[in-house]
This record gives sequence, C-alpha cells and structure tokens, in this order.
Amino acid sequence: MSKVALVVDDSMVIRKMVTMALKAISFEVLDAPDGRRALEVAKGKDLALVITDLNMPVMTGLEFIHEFRADPDHKFTPILFLTTETDEGMRNEARSAGATAWIVKPFHPDKLIAVIQKLGI
Amino acid sequence: MGEIHLDLDGLLDTFFEEAEEHLDAFETGLLELEATPEDHEVIGRIFRAAHSIKGASGTFGLGDITSFTHALETVLDRLRAREIAYSADVARALLASVDVLRGLVRAAREGAAAPPEAVPVRALLEQFYRTAPAPKPEAVAQPAIALQVGRKVRVRFAPKPDFMCRGMDPLAILRDVADCGEVESRVVDASAVPDLGDLDPESFYLSFVLVMRTERTDAEIAEAFAFVDDLCTFAIEAETEDAPQELVEADARAAGEPVVDVAAPAKEAVAPPKDAKTPAAASTIRVATEKVDKLLDLVSEIVIAQAMIVDATRAPGPDAETRLNDALQALDRHTRELQERVMSIRMVPLASVFGRLPRMVRDLAGTIGKKVQLVVEGEGTEIDKSMVEQLADPPTHLVRNAIDHGLEFPEQRAEQGKPAEGTVRIRAFHQGGNVVIEVGDDGKGLDSKQIRAKAERLGLVSPDEVLSDEQIHELIFHAGFSTAAKVSDVSGRGVGMDVVKRNVEALKGSLSLSTEMGHGTQVRLRLPLTLAIVDGLAVRVGAQTFVVPLLSVLESFRPMPSQVRAVLGASEVIDIRGTSVPVIRLHELLDAPNAERDPSRALLCIVEANGTSLALLVDDVIGQAQFVVKSLEVNYRKVPSLMGATILGDGRVAMIIDVQSLARTDHRSRAVATSSEVMIPVSEVA
Amino acid sequence: MNTARAVSPSPATINERNQYLSFALGEDEYAIDILRVQEILCICPITPLPQTPHHVRGVMNLRGAVVPVVDMRAALGLASEEYGKFTVIMVLSIHERTIGFVVDRVSDVLSFEANAIERSPDLGGRVDASVVSGIARTQDRFVVMLDLERLVGADVGVGVA
Repeated sequence: MSKVALVVDDSMVIRKMVTMALKAISFEVLDAPDGRRALEVAKGKDLALVITDLNMPVMTGLEFIHEFRADPDHKFTPILFLTTETDEGMRNEARSAGATAWIVKPFHPDKLIAVIQKLGI
Repeated sequence: MGEIHLDLDGLLDTFFEEAEEHLDAFETGLLELEATPEDHEVIGRIFRAAHSIKGASGTFGLGDITSFTHALETVLDRLRAREIAYSADVARALLASVDVLRGLVRAAREGAAAPPEAVPVRALLEQFYRTAPAPKPEAVAQPAIALQVGRKVRVRFAPKPDFMCRGMDPLAILRDVADCGEVESRVVDASAVPDLGDLDPESFYLSFVLVMRTERTDAEIAEAFAFVDDLCTFAIEAETEDAPQELVEADARAAGEPVVDVAAPAKEAVAPPKDAKTPAAASTIRVATEKVDKLLDLVSEIVIAQAMIVDATRAPGPDAETRLNDALQALDRHTRELQERVMSIRMVPLASVFGRLPRMVRDLAGTIGKKVQLVVEGEGTEIDKSMVEQLADPPTHLVRNAIDHGLEFPEQRAEQGKPAEGTVRIRAFHQGGNVVIEVGDDGKGLDSKQIRAKAERLGLVSPDEVLSDEQIHELIFHAGFSTAAKVSDVSGRGVGMDVVKRNVEALKGSLSLSTEMGHGTQVRLRLPLTLAIVDGLAVRVGAQTFVVPLLSVLESFRPMPSQVRAVLGASEVIDIRGTSVPVIRLHELLDAPNAERDPSRALLCIVEANGTSLALLVDDVIGQAQFVVKSLEVNYRKVPSLMGATILGDGRVAMIIDVQSLARTDHRSRAVATSSEVMIPVSEVA
Repeated sequence: MNTARAVSPSPATINERNQYLSFALGEDEYAIDILRVQEILCICPITPLPQTPHHVRGVMNLRGAVVPVVDMRAALGLASEEYGKFTVIMVLSIHERTIGFVVDRVSDVLSFEANAIERSPDLGGRVDASVVSGIARTQDRFVVMLDLERLVGADVGVGVA
C-alpha cells in the first residue's frame, strides 16, 4: 500500500508539478483546486501528507488547514504549506492553524522532495 | 539524496495558459477596481492573480516575470493594507503592468525579447513603495568561522507536550540533527512521563540530548528545528573538549530557507521555448469536475438500462414487454442526455470572447475623446469552443465602429438632448440553432441619403434604381464602403463592414442591421451552433413530420369553421381574443401533399416571433421532445422557412421550422398583397 | 445557378490510368471518379425539402448526418423513372459536401487508360455536353464519363448558367 498525498492549490501548474514530484518518490497523489473540495476528497482517507497553498479562492489556506486538523482522522497528518519568502507573519499563522512545515515559493521540485524526506514522511 | 529527473517542459504550456487566465482576471479586476477602489474583495482577487503568476513563474525559472510580478504584488499588498491610497497614478501603473506582463509572458512563450516598457513600468511600480533606494538584503555578518574539524556539540531537544499537534515526527528531527555529523551518545530523558493513568496518548513527554561530532555550524544544525521552534526548546552548545571553539551565533532564520534574490537579473529561463514561433498549444478544454461527474453518472445509467434490456429479452415473462419498453425508454433518455452533455463540454461562455471589450472600449473612448458606456448582456451564452477564435473579431470590430462612427461627441449629444455618455450595448442569446449577438449603439444612426449617394458614386447603384431602406443599409456591407469623412486611424484599418460580413459568412452565419437616424444602429450577427438541441413540438402535415421550436409556441387548438376567414388577397386570418392572426398553410409552404385542408378538421398552432403572431395549420400535434438540430447548410444550403433538420427516433429526417423567417416572409407578402389591392372572391380562397 | 467556372476536369480523368465507378440509367452507362465515392446504399426514406429544385429529391439520414439526395436522371435532364429493385443511392463527396445520387443501378469498377477516353463527344443532345468529360470505350460498350464538379454546383444546383 503506497502512501497517499493530497495536493491543494488553485494553480494547475503547481498541482501538476507537485504531483509529478510526489509520484517520483512513490506517492499516490490526490489533488484539489481549493480547500473545500480538498476537505471532501480527504474525508475518511488515510493520508500520509498534505501539501497546500495559502492563497486560494473559495476557502483560504488557513481555513483549510484549520478545518483539516479539526478532523480527528487527520489530527497528526503532516501538512506542508507553500509560502513566499518574506511572509513570516503568515508562516506563524499557518503554524498556529496546525501546519507542520513549509516550503518557500518558488521552489524546485527537488527541494520539495528534500523537505518531505526531511520530515521523515 | 539522488537526483530525480522530472520533465517540467510539458507543464510549460499549462503555465502559459494559466498565466493568460490570471492576466485576464487581473485586468477585469482592475477595471472593477476603478469603479470601486475600496472594494477589498477585488483587490484580494487581483493580488491573488499576480501572486499565482509569480509563484508558478519562479518554478520555471522565468526570472523576468517573477521579478516584475514581485513589484506588482508589493504594490497590491500595500494597497490592500491601505498603506498606499488608490489614485489615478496607481491605476495607470497597474494597467500598464498588465500590458507589460502580457508582453513578458509572450516573450517567454516565443523566446522573444522582453517588452522594453518592462523596465520603466517596473520603476513606476516601485516608486509607490520605495522612498529610498531599496536596501540590499542585509548581508548577515558572517564572521570568519574558525571551525575545527570535528568539533563536539551537545544538542538538547525538548519538545513541548503538545508537540505532536502539528504532525511533525520528532524522530525525523533527531535524524536530521544526527545527519549533521557523528553521534557519539544519545540520551532519552523519560523523567516527564506520567503514570499510565495520567498519560495522554497524544502528548509528548520525552526529551533528548545528543552529543555528536560535527563540521557544521550551529546555525546549520539549528535548521533541523526550523519548523518547530515554537513547539519545543532546543539548544546547541559546545561540548567541552580539548580546545575552546568559537561559537558563532548566526541568526537561525537567515540561514534557514533560501531567500530568492528577486533583484538578481535572471535571464536564464530553465526551459527556453524550443522554437521561436508561437507554439501551437495542444488544444485543451478546461472542464468543471461536476460536468465530468455527471457524465459518469449518465454512463452508469446507460449500463444499467442496457442490462435491463438484456434481462428483459432473456427472461421472458408476462411483464417482459413492459420491462423492455421501460428499459428502452430509459436508454433513449440517458443516451440523449449524454450526447447533450458531452457536446456541452465543448461549450464555453461568450464571456471569453467579450472579455477584452471593456478595456478596449475604455482605451478607444479615451483616445477619441468620446464618453462611452459598454453594457454586455448574455455573456453566459455558450458557444462551441471551436468558434471562440473566429468569434473574437466581429463583435470587436462592430463595437469599434459603433464608437468611432456611430456615437457622437459629448457636445453633439448634449445638443440633441442625449446623455453625454453614449451607450454601446452587446446582447447575446440563443435562438434555436443559432447564437445571436447584437451590437447596438444610441448614436446617430445611418444616413440613408449619404449611403445612397456614396453607392452611386462608387457605381454600385444607378441613380434611378429604386431601393428600399433595408436595401440601402445593406450597401454598407460592400467592400470599399466607408462613409466616414476621413478614414480614422482607429477603425479605418480594414475593419470595414465588408470584412465583418465576410468573417461572419465564413462561419456560415449572417449579418443584418437596423438603424434609425438620430437614434442609433443595431447590427445583428446570427451564427449557427455546431450543436443545438431545441425543445420542439412535433407536428404532422400530410405524411410528413415537422418540428416547431417550443419557444415560439403559444398554444394549439382546433378552430371553429367560422373563426378562419379570408382577407385581402389570398391570405387568411383567425380571430383570437380580438386580434387577427395570419394563418399559414404549412402544407402549401412546405410542399406537403395529402394534408388536411379544412382548418376545422385540423389544428392551428399559434406561434410568435419578433412580436408577430402566426397560426400554423397542421394536421396533428404529435408530441413534445428534444431534437438535435442538424444544419442543412453543411451538405446543402439554407432553405427558406427552415431552421435545420433533425433525425427522429425512427431514423427519418424531419424539418425544423424557422418561425422568424416565416413571420418575415408572411409579413412581406401580406404587405405586397395589401398594396396591390386585388380582390379575390372568397370562394377561391383555401 | 452555376456560374461558368474555369474548373478543368480533374486531372485524373485525363492523365493517368484510373479507376471509375460505373452506374446505369436505363440502357446507358456512366462513370465517375471512384475516389469521389463514399459509399453505396439501398434506397432509403427521403424527406422532401420544400421549395427546392426538381432534381433535389430531399434529404436522408446518413448515420446521423443530414445529406441531400439528388436524382441523377433529373440532374442530367433525363426523364424520371420509378425506383426499381436495384435502385441505389451513391453517396459522393463533391465540393466538400456529401451528396447522395439516386441511380438505377451500380455496375462495375472500371479502369481506363487516358487514351481510351475520347474528348468532346457529340452525344446528340441527350445529356448536356458541359458535364461530360469524355466517352470511354470498354469491350462492347460506351461509357459516359461525368464531371461531377460541373454537374453539381457548390449550392447543389445543376446546369451551367
């Protein structure tokens, strides 16, 4: 049974790129264009990792992280969020909402893979 | 970590597509912002558009775009935080940015040079948030680190009890630390673990101490804790050894995530476009997931219906026939719906065609010096994706013409008691098998005399030729016909009505116009849809079946013999609730033999189009259904009175009646009849 | 309503040895470029079109496409006949349109050398010479080669103006 990851970003380019990277390290990947859809997709699933952007329509990344964490099934699922290099306040807010770690945009997929491995996922 | 090779080139097309969409959203948002500068939601939307482009471009190493969007994003951020006030200057800079960004995206796509305006426009943006030259990111004072090979450090890691709440694995952190060198000893401190009865399985009670030999700096080791520095306490201390070490206290964060230096010139594109010509992006369609889900549902239903059929035929029983019929009906229903939905996937709203218009109108009006308001209705009307490209030009040209030639200058309008601001109205809607786009203005209308004079000068018309107003207006569609006193720079460039007409006809559509001097002009484009499904009423005339679009049908009934009477000429009318409605004998019009000729033994189907009512004489009404409109023009040509054909359930072809054209033809023939005043004895009628 | 066009007979009929499909109208045999033939169908229900010229019988349903059906006899100016047992519809591709033609029967696939085809024949006024690209002789009979593009205009009208 391979590990399942969920990618949430309104940019198809980012979704595809992250999916490619994750598949390269043997993840099965689910994706969603916004937080609300992501919550639906995640419901009841055993996820090994969530990667999400913060700046999205429909539901902000922070709201998504907060709600995702609130689900008992996902209490300990690692959440990696995408952030810009200068947004420290945002990073702290995301962490308060329950995010595990972050990666700075723009990033090369190799860097993403490195961070995931660093998290021991 | 081994190198993993990912093919990012394939994603470039997607990036460019998305970038265009974001730019469109950006531009639309900017225009909205002009009207409501305080609207936070709009600013947020614009910000997100710029932000998305920036993020994605960075991944592909398109530095020009990244750095430009960074400046743009900064201005928007300040705007959002109300640190800058929205002003005409800001508006201008933002609008200019859109053009620059489009140019940069195009440059990246085609391998061309970046637009020269990029530099000055960026400077323009920067002035809004920089009063002094940007301080270079502080070079963190990195004193020479006297590292002794293999210094010993003691790393303490004490997670707080709620450490686990964010899904971080403490072992991963320890592993990270351990990777920095060679661990000589590790101690796990379990002293904080409570009794089993008090133990909370989701809390963390352990702490760790690692002693290791490392060549890394403290800052580098501290990176392992970067994500959890608020969920634990950690310390890296020199372990007393042979000789004292120099502890370097560098800011952990500065050594943390790599800072992308946006000021660095980055002409390197990671994946430069392979050839200079515009890449023909593989044509793709974005489909809402809900649409696909519904398709899947339908396919399941069809499978079920099919199973029902097999079942009904294999297990004959008393109700087998009923079951079979039910299954066949279900199959028929679902298959039709499937066909409709699959085709609808290719339909995109006209909004994508009209998208650029507001900006164009604004710019054009500004250049010429007229005040124009653009009203767009029906942009949700959907057309086949393949038509989008070709449909972009005609409405644009018509709008330009309306502004350039149709609308008067504010002073002239005021003289006529019109509001200084002229209105250009675009209306789009479906009509049976066509999409209709009307472009109208409340300007000065067409001057028949002027047109006539010009036509005579051009030799298109002889002075003694009698022409109706309609025919005179049609003249403007002739090549070389521009009644503007001077060829204006703006719309004189080959945007004559003849070009528009040609484009529309290439799409197998038609063009017509109506005008009133002093009040305005309206041009109507009618284009056939590649697929249309029309709700229709199937009627029988003689041995043939025809379909009347349900939209036009008001009612059907069998008239009393006295209700239908003859009037001037050979035409008949029926009196309905006080109004005389012309009767049209479909069997005559459509050459259907063996039809019922006596209205009191047949049915009258009352239809309405363009404000005119007609009574169609039919033998019988068969029923209502949805019919797929097949164009006659694909293999044959347009047939008067018919909108197209359809294929009935039994495979026969049936004609679909064009109620509009019936109304027009009837109107004309009656006009002619009344004008000739020929009396025909009643007995010869019908 | 065809305007005279400078359309030369397709090179195929002049230069190479090509294949033709021959069909019959009564006693006479005609041939057309086989590359134009899409398929041959048995006679099927034809829905008449209102206000159309005499040679256009109507339209038919060809697997979901609405295709006009032309009576070949009428198109050639010959007298009409009842449809018989062998009457078929040849579905042809002309002017980027798909058009069906009703003929008495389809005969054969023939090959002719270019030199077996005689140009500018005198048919004695039976068929309009402008739509004939030549007469070919095969074994025991003559076959009239038709120029389909001249026969049927872009608006599916017949007869040269």
